[in-house]
Amino acid sequence: FNHSMALRSVFNYSARAFSTSSALRMPSLVVAEVLEGGKVGGGLGNTLTAANQIDADVDVLVTGPDAAAAATDIASGKYGKVRSVLNATTEETAHNVAEKVAPVVLGAQKEGNYTHIITASTNFGKNIIPRVAALLDVAAITDVMKVLSANSFVRPIYAGNALATVESDDSVKVLSIRSANFSVEPAEGLGAPVKDVSADCSGVPATEWLSNEIAVSERPELASASIVVAGGRGLKEPENFKMVEELADQLGGAVGATRAIVDAGWVPNDMQIGQTGKVVAPDLYIGLGISGAIQHLAGMKDSKVIVAINKDEEAPIFTVADYGIVGDVFKVMPELMAELKK
Amino acid sequence: MKVLVGVKRVIDYAVKIRVKPDQTGVETANVKMSMNPFCEIAVEEAVRMKEKKIAKEIVAVSVGPKQNEDVLRTALAMGADRAVHVVYDGETQPLGVAKTLKALIEKENPEVVMLGKQSIDDDFNQTGQMLAGIMNWPQATFANSVEKDGDSLVVGRDIDGGEEKLKVPLPAVVTADLRLNEPRYVKLPNIVKAKKKPLEPLTPADLGVELMGKLKTVKVEEPPTRQAGIKVADAAELVNKLKNEAKVL
Repeated sequence: FNHSMALRSVFNYSARAFSTSSALRMPSLVVAEVLEGGKVGGGLGNTLTAANQIDADVDVLVTGPDAAAAATDIASGKYGKVRSVLNATTEETAHNVAEKVAPVVLGAQKEGNYTHIITASTNFGKNIIPRVAALLDVAAITDVMKVLSANSFVRPIYAGNALATVESDDSVKVLSIRSANFSVEPAEGLGAPVKDVSADCSGVPATEWLSNEIAVSERPELASASIVVAGGRGLKEPENFKMVEELADQLGGAVGATRAIVDAGWVPNDMQIGQTGKVVAPDLYIGLGISGAIQHLAGMKDSKVIVAINKDEEAPIFTVADYGIVGDVFKVMPELMAELKK
Repeated sequence: MKVLVGVKRVIDYAVKIRVKPDQTGVETANVKMSMNPFCEIAVEEAVRMKEKKIAKEIVAVSVGPKQNEDVLRTALAMGADRAVHVVYDGETQPLGVAKTLKALIEKENPEVVMLGKQSIDDDFNQTGQMLAGIMNWPQATFANSVEKDGDSLVVGRDIDGGEEKLKVPLPAVVTADLRLNEPRYVKLPNIVKAKKKPLEPLTPADLGVELMGKLKTVKVEEPPTRQAGIKVADAAELVNKLKNEAKVL
């Protein structure tokens, strides 16, 4: 048994050495989210790290009216290593309507014959990538948390209570990447070329974008913050959520919430951490008045250090917390703020 | 307007799942099963459309083994008019289900297909988008509000950072987010009535679809468990530990 294990590891090693030294690298396409004003959407850096773990040359596609600014930004290497940036500037794909973005991705795919098409597992990525996969008649592999090889990936199922290793024999692997499981590896000063590409989105349904309401916040983005403070039902009243915000501001962190208080209307939906909300893996997560339902734990249990303050000693959150205080959150919080100011 | 609503039978959301020792999957024998929570929201929205006289008929569909009849009966008890059950014992994957729904659309000609945004077992979040893609229909995913406006739907969507509104021409695919509505409890008389509503069994062969998934699950494992933590007495000790032991402050 030991002998065969050793043999196998030697084999894996040589296979890997062969593939990296080979000139036949695979091309892969990362679809970036472009926000209004040409700002790059969340998770691109983490997605580029995952894409570069596949033995591939990575091109990034940007589209929308403000794509050119995003293209320049990405070509600098700020988010990670890229071979080139494909700029599909067009008014047609304004606001990233899926029906219009999908054909632009398929156009790039036709030109570049990519083996992998990849996005971040953000709302943008989740909306676009399965449509692209279906149009290519291939499976999509969403929420990839580990790249094992060019065709083998690990993803969470059952709210992260099990990890599935999946293999795809499809000619094109279509993936979305779970940001919390990949670091950002900038390649500053890279100076990758920006190529203008055509953006044909004719023959698609006439979906019309009407309006949006985006919450403006000075705080760091929840999905990539190094400190996250989250609040739950144990805070009792909506106005008590201010405690979460004060602690987050004191620590320079982001603010999150459980589904229960999102549903109760205390805070906006995009603050929800969990299986169906955002997945975070900060250096420090602090849960205030959170019991720790399976669905919430799915979104934060990969945090480096977990702190829980809850009056119920039996609360499931204590099974994952590195440091717990069993106590009244309203009594502990003022003390905690005072200690932090020392 | 006719609405097709997809429902999936999954392990109940409150169950702590167990990975099989041979790593082939998750234990489903003798485990409480229910309708996927997002599918419940999709059914509720369809029923509300009917109550608002926007929808005329609601057809609930499910793809899966014999036992999926349970969730179809639940959908009928919530207010669906009839059900179609595509009986299939193998593993279902989003692309295969999307193709099955396409075949059912060709048979039933609905104007709207309502689905949940994801099922809480495989957590894929794909089927609605895939169906919209292969139908070349508009998609309104992660919907938090749905209103009819002439020959279109105006749908509010949850997006990163906030929300947006789209106007999608019919026919269209809509996937429900948690905030869309609060599903009703089914009352006993409705459960009794649901038993008399039509439920049509079909096979994938009847629809000319191949459900065999192309994605291969090599193994299913338990996630790494976290080491047991400690309880500290007060805020002072907590801050001290975070600064000097965990070194995160």
